[in-house]
Amino acid sequence: MFGKLSWAAVPLDQPIPMIASGLVVFAIVGIFAFVTLKGWLPYLWRDWITSVDHKRIGVMYVLLAMVMLLRGFTDAIMMRSQQALAYKGPGFLPPEHYDQIFSAHGTLMIFFVGMPFVIGLMNLIVPLQLGARDVAFPTLNSASFWLTATGALLVNISLVVGEFARTGWLPYPPLSEITYSPGVGVDYYLWALQIAGVGSLLSGVNLVTTVLKIHAPGMTYMRMPMFCWTTLASNLLIVAAFPILTATLAMLLLDRYLGFHFFTNAAGGNVMMFMNLIWAWGHPEVYILILPAFGVFSEIVSTFSGKPLFGYRSMVLATMAICILAFMVWLHHFFTMGAGADVNAVFGIATMIIAVPTGVKVFNWIFTMYGGQVVFATPMLWSIGFMVTFVIGGMTGVLLAVPPADFVLHNSLFLVAHFHNVIIGGVVFGGFAGYSYWFPKAFGFRLHEGLGKAAFWCWLVGFYLAFMPLYVLGFMGMTRRMQHYDVPAWHPWLLLAAAGAVVILVGVVFQVAQLAVSIRRRAELRDTTGDPWNGRSLEWSTASPPPPFNFGVLPHIEGGDAYWEIKQRACRQATPDDEPAYQDIEMPRNSPTGVICAFFATFAGFALVWHIWWMVAAAALGAFATFVVFAWRDRAEDVIPAAEVARIDRANRSARASA
Amino acid sequence: MSEARRADRAPGDEHADGREVADGLRGYLVGLLLAGFITAVSFFIAGTSLVWQPSIPIALFVLAIGQMGVHLVFFLHLTTGDDNANNILALAFGVLIVLLLIVGSLWIMTHLNHNMMPMDRLMPMQR
Repeated sequence: MFGKLSWAAVPLDQPIPMIASGLVVFAIVGIFAFVTLKGWLPYLWRDWITSVDHKRIGVMYVLLAMVMLLRGFTDAIMMRSQQALAYKGPGFLPPEHYDQIFSAHGTLMIFFVGMPFVIGLMNLIVPLQLGARDVAFPTLNSASFWLTATGALLVNISLVVGEFARTGWLPYPPLSEITYSPGVGVDYYLWALQIAGVGSLLSGVNLVTTVLKIHAPGMTYMRMPMFCWTTLASNLLIVAAFPILTATLAMLLLDRYLGFHFFTNAAGGNVMMFMNLIWAWGHPEVYILILPAFGVFSEIVSTFSGKPLFGYRSMVLATMAICILAFMVWLHHFFTMGAGADVNAVFGIATMIIAVPTGVKVFNWIFTMYGGQVVFATPMLWSIGFMVTFVIGGMTGVLLAVPPADFVLHNSLFLVAHFHNVIIGGVVFGGFAGYSYWFPKAFGFRLHEGLGKAAFWCWLVGFYLAFMPLYVLGFMGMTRRMQHYDVPAWHPWLLLAAAGAVVILVGVVFQVAQLAVSIRRRAELRDTTGDPWNGRSLEWSTASPPPPFNFGVLPHIEGGDAYWEIKQRACRQATPDDEPAYQDIEMPRNSPTGVICAFFATFAGFALVWHIWWMVAAAALGAFATFVVFAWRDRAEDVIPAAEVARIDRANRSARASA
Repeated sequence: MSEARRADRAPGDEHADGREVADGLRGYLVGLLLAGFITAVSFFIAGTSLVWQPSIPIALFVLAIGQMGVHLVFFLHLTTGDDNANNILALAFGVLIVLLLIVGSLWIMTHLNHNMMPMDRLMPMQR
């Protein structure tokens, strides 16, 4: 009846996962009870869960990323404390649990923190910057989000029911094959990523179409803000790269479920092909994450320096160059796998070439600040912290791109330090920069500056304390993923790294406090003008939070830095423009299609992991039925009457006129 | 003004008048016939003894490319008309990525096998 599932799957004998999952279940039940008692459930269902508004979906993406960041960060704290304690001893985590933790940490941080964070920011801001009313396919957008949430849910269910993969964040065969990983851990990984991967791919299609097709009049490509360009590049990479991931994982699934031999040792399988294919996706993936962060920094540096972005055209060119080059370097993840000198040399040089467009970007940001009146608000602090940190990470990356050096450093903590240096210093700082920069736009009030700055300094200092020792340890020969060790020279450095993790923890506490304090004091932090930072792009021309239709009338764009131009013109005229002629606006209706599909996908994924075939069939049928019901809907749009549009937009215009 | 009106609509709000639908249908029918014809010819050529045998793979290759062309033009509406620059660029990007992946993988994988010691010699060397 229940396939491989039995009570033995729940690790009742292990205190750490039981206590952790008990706390999570307690928190979920508590939040649910609170929301129900307050009577917010209908509101949540109507205005958030079934919403197809790109702003709401973007907010939910970022929220998912932040909750998963807490989970992934907990894993990080456990790893750092394990390595601090496990000197000449077993530490507190048994090997099979430790292996699950580092696998879950990597998987969560890339797929369920990095991806939803950048996709959330793109969803929230790109239509506003383009002067559009929504993304190209609003209901698809909702489905993308809920499928991503399904993947995150499956990874977290594995904490309580069964186990997670012990293979590292990329399940290299033959370890991940059924012979060596007979448990359900790898299956949880594979189905979670297959389902979330569909969400990412659909989101990529959606955003590429949005950037290419849905513009306000006059918003030509070369007038788009930099964030839209990096969104385009990043989503082109998603569309091109995620099918490779899906195909590769599907092949591994066939190996595990149906006895195929794509990546097995026996019967003509080729293990190396997995490494080749997974990194053909994996390298573009890091650019999928970092390019939107580059876009965020471009917007912030320009806004807080009070200047247009230096070298806009070279920035566009660098972005698109990275978009292509990202697909030409994947072998550098397996230099030591046995390829000869000419292959390694070609890919090593290609890797070094990527540093050139990235360097162009760094210089452009520095020249944007040069001569400007730089305002050191929290988003700008994250941006400057990023520039310094990312350049260090980039330099160690170029070092690793030298194949002989890689032979010494591969699989060591030097590598771990390098990719954390670029991912934390780049993607995470970029996410937080965007979060603090666009929070007033999304919610209508600013975040508390003091706590934000405290969080920034803790993250920055904590990052250097936690990861610079890992570079040293890498040079000392410590390999990654060690559960225990007995080298005296390593111990002090690992203690230092653990201390760094604690400093980051203080930063995280400051961030949670910042959110709580800002919500409590939202009246005094209120952003009445809709333009709290003296911004330059169109998202600041509408109210905070923006109305469902974003713009009362679509703006006509006459140059780059669209909103800056509009403000300059308004200053010259000294009187506000005449009130425009408002018209009825058709907006897509909210639809529960996405969340219901994801509901069935969750059951399908869980049933596939545990081989409960009747449940797989039922869930697949349910998801298909949901799609059919959506396809036969009678009304796709609601009309917002012109009078309502005028009422909402007049408030925004009067706020701006008085400012 | 017409441009403004067009951009002012909510996403997904396209309308097609009767003439366009008929035009579209004709295109699909022509495409279907061509695709079916090329498929039939492929099957015929593969089993025939009417043509010189070594030319058969090349003929199939050419027909496959023709089939792709038919699909691109009649089903994916890739034309040289206005507003098609994006589609052409997307196709070029896709072809580039596929070529990079296939050629790169072939090159890498042959190289790996080339430099790999045969298993029967490798195993005794391990302690």
